[in-house]
Amino acid sequence: MNLGALFSAHTFAHGVHPADYKALTCHLPIRRLPFASTLIVPLSQHAGKASIPLVQPGQEVVRGQPIAQADGFMSVPQHAPATGRIKSIELMPSARGPKIPSFILHVYEASTQQELYEYRHDIKTMSGDAIIQAVQDAGMVGLGGAAFPTHVKMKPPAEHHVDVLVANGCECEPYLTCDHRVMLEQPRNLIQGIRLVQRALGVERAIIGIEDNKMDAVHTLQQHLQDAAAISVQAVQTKYPQGAEKMLIKSLLNREVPPGSFPSAVGVSVFNVGTLAQIGELLPHGRGVIERVVTVSGAGVNKPGNYLVPVGTPVEFLLEFAGITDKANEVILGGPMMGMSVSALDVPVTKAMSGMVVLEKPAADTKHAKVLPCIRCGYCINACPMHLNPSMLGMLANSGDYETMQQDYHLNDCFECGSCSYVCPSNIPLVQYFRIAKSINRERAQQGNG
Amino acid sequence: MSSLSNVLIAVAFMASFGLILAAILVFANRRLAVFEDPRIDEVEAMLPHANCGACGTAGCRAFAEKLVAGDMQPSRCTVNSVEMNQVIANFLGVELGTQEKRVARLACAGGNNVARRHGEYQGVDSCRAAALVAGGGMDCAWGCLGLADCERVCDFDAISMDATGLPQVDDDRCTACGDCVEICPHDLFSLQPISHQLWVACKNLEKGDAAEAVCAVACNGCGRCAMDAPEVLISINNNLAVIDYSKNRLASRIAIERCPTGAIVWIEDGVQKGLQAKKIIRKSALPIE
Repeated sequence: MNLGALFSAHTFAHGVHPADYKALTCHLPIRRLPFASTLIVPLSQHAGKASIPLVQPGQEVVRGQPIAQADGFMSVPQHAPATGRIKSIELMPSARGPKIPSFILHVYEASTQQELYEYRHDIKTMSGDAIIQAVQDAGMVGLGGAAFPTHVKMKPPAEHHVDVLVANGCECEPYLTCDHRVMLEQPRNLIQGIRLVQRALGVERAIIGIEDNKMDAVHTLQQHLQDAAAISVQAVQTKYPQGAEKMLIKSLLNREVPPGSFPSAVGVSVFNVGTLAQIGELLPHGRGVIERVVTVSGAGVNKPGNYLVPVGTPVEFLLEFAGITDKANEVILGGPMMGMSVSALDVPVTKAMSGMVVLEKPAADTKHAKVLPCIRCGYCINACPMHLNPSMLGMLANSGDYETMQQDYHLNDCFECGSCSYVCPSNIPLVQYFRIAKSINRERAQQGNG
Repeated sequence: MSSLSNVLIAVAFMASFGLILAAILVFANRRLAVFEDPRIDEVEAMLPHANCGACGTAGCRAFAEKLVAGDMQPSRCTVNSVEMNQVIANFLGVELGTQEKRVARLACAGGNNVARRHGEYQGVDSCRAAALVAGGGMDCAWGCLGLADCERVCDFDAISMDATGLPQVDDDRCTACGDCVEICPHDLFSLQPISHQLWVACKNLEKGDAAEAVCAVACNGCGRCAMDAPEVLISINNNLAVIDYSKNRLASRIAIERCPTGAIVWIEDGVQKGLQAKKIIRKSALPIE
């Protein structure tokens, strides 16, 4: 490697290189999943306030019809993912644990499931504000996993001047290939979405950042963008967590987002490519998010693939369709690094669920690996992309000194990517410690305010 | 000769310099001194030095200051013995005050012999961590996770986990410091005056069969206790019995008699359940489904 390449490489410092296992599914085209007989649509699938129901139990709904409206700006509506009848609104389990109010939708088996609901927009003449409103009406949230309402990101604080739009096509989590397939199969939707968001933000320049293990996606998009100078495609180094927005901004633009701020503070807005492709596809028709691409992968799956899944499909149904092996004993929603393992299979697929990884771990009776004392090897310090000191944070967590963690060791800059736990030779579950510390600090802050 | 005078000059200079500084210090000590009641130190010495915060102040020193100022009464300290608090009261010449003993009560009775689990949690042994990962595998999203965060946080060894994985509070040792209230991720602990004998040991918000399907001792919102209780002592809110403790003098065992699951209990020499409550004869943990 020559020195020039070293300095111009599009990457960030630190990070880890987990085995990516993407070959299992990256060549498989997106396939549509049939409808389950019962769908569970939670009223809260996003960060922010839960939606307010618009329909009553017993009412018939058509596919795509809005069934819940947004409760203020920090909220999004929900749409019926299938034609059928609302059986009830009940407390149903969610992937994170608490039971949340959800629509139970009984799907009509004989229905053609044609998407009848439509509100046409003339996207050529739409103003920026109209686009933002239409994005909220579509119930759009960050499909990469954060579930942050997209329209909120399209209205950055007035004092921030955004000059670059970044489309995040890194997909740095192992196993996941849904964004990869979307970029290969729906480049027109993606570019349409980028143009719409560019107009809403008033931004000239747009960059699509893609990890260099997906060069086919880079070439496909470059072909479609031959006559569009304002939108460029940039390959970035394959490294975890390249897809974290702060890392991607550093890699592409060499700008650093200050602690505690949004990317708009350095003039950047980052959107997941899946989100942008859905905006490009749905907005002209005024439709809502009712399905998404989910990668089902892992050693425990018989038929891994990229499935187009209606929102609200129970995880169990998806697993039945893909088939699981006898030895499968752990199901993770999202990727293996940041995803959440589920304890029940009756939780629904939500808008922000990008993948499902089924693992064949050694028999459950081995219990978790033994946690050994920290040996000060410093691997975690070299892995942390935020340049924190996970070792010190871990020791403070052990002694329960959560305030020092936050005040002196920048706990809140940790976005729980899991790189430190991944490299720790002592098996210290650092990220779990940090999550505990954050949850306690959050509660203390709430009590302080209240 | 000249060397001796040099030494004398140096000694004289240092001595006079020292005297001047001493004079400044004496002046500063007189003029800038802050008077602190010497009784604060003495009262502090009589306090338990647990710095637990049960009295509502930042620690024993702060409590001693409040005592000397007369803002609080000695009985606010629940860690000290009554005799020692009486000594403080006599020393300060104030009333001992009356303070009803408060203890931490757990709003859950779902031990592993009655509450169902659908998954095995394999992470850090901490309720906080389990609550952040898919609810720790419990069917009931509101119930006790049984991983003993409260036992570890208790400075007074007042909490111990029993055979079914539920924390048991030793009323004599509990000082109502509130550490367990803060640590519990499901907010199951609260500090209750010992006179609150009627108690709802459940937080499940589901109704009827849905509630009983997850735990044999869940409140299913049937409302019998509310019907039997006088003057809206008990009401059903969100499928859960809620006791209005402002009417605590009306509370009696009658309220628990018809409870079909034993979710509402009467605390007197241990926990007493109603006659109708299903008898839980199972002693071992339920299998994980």
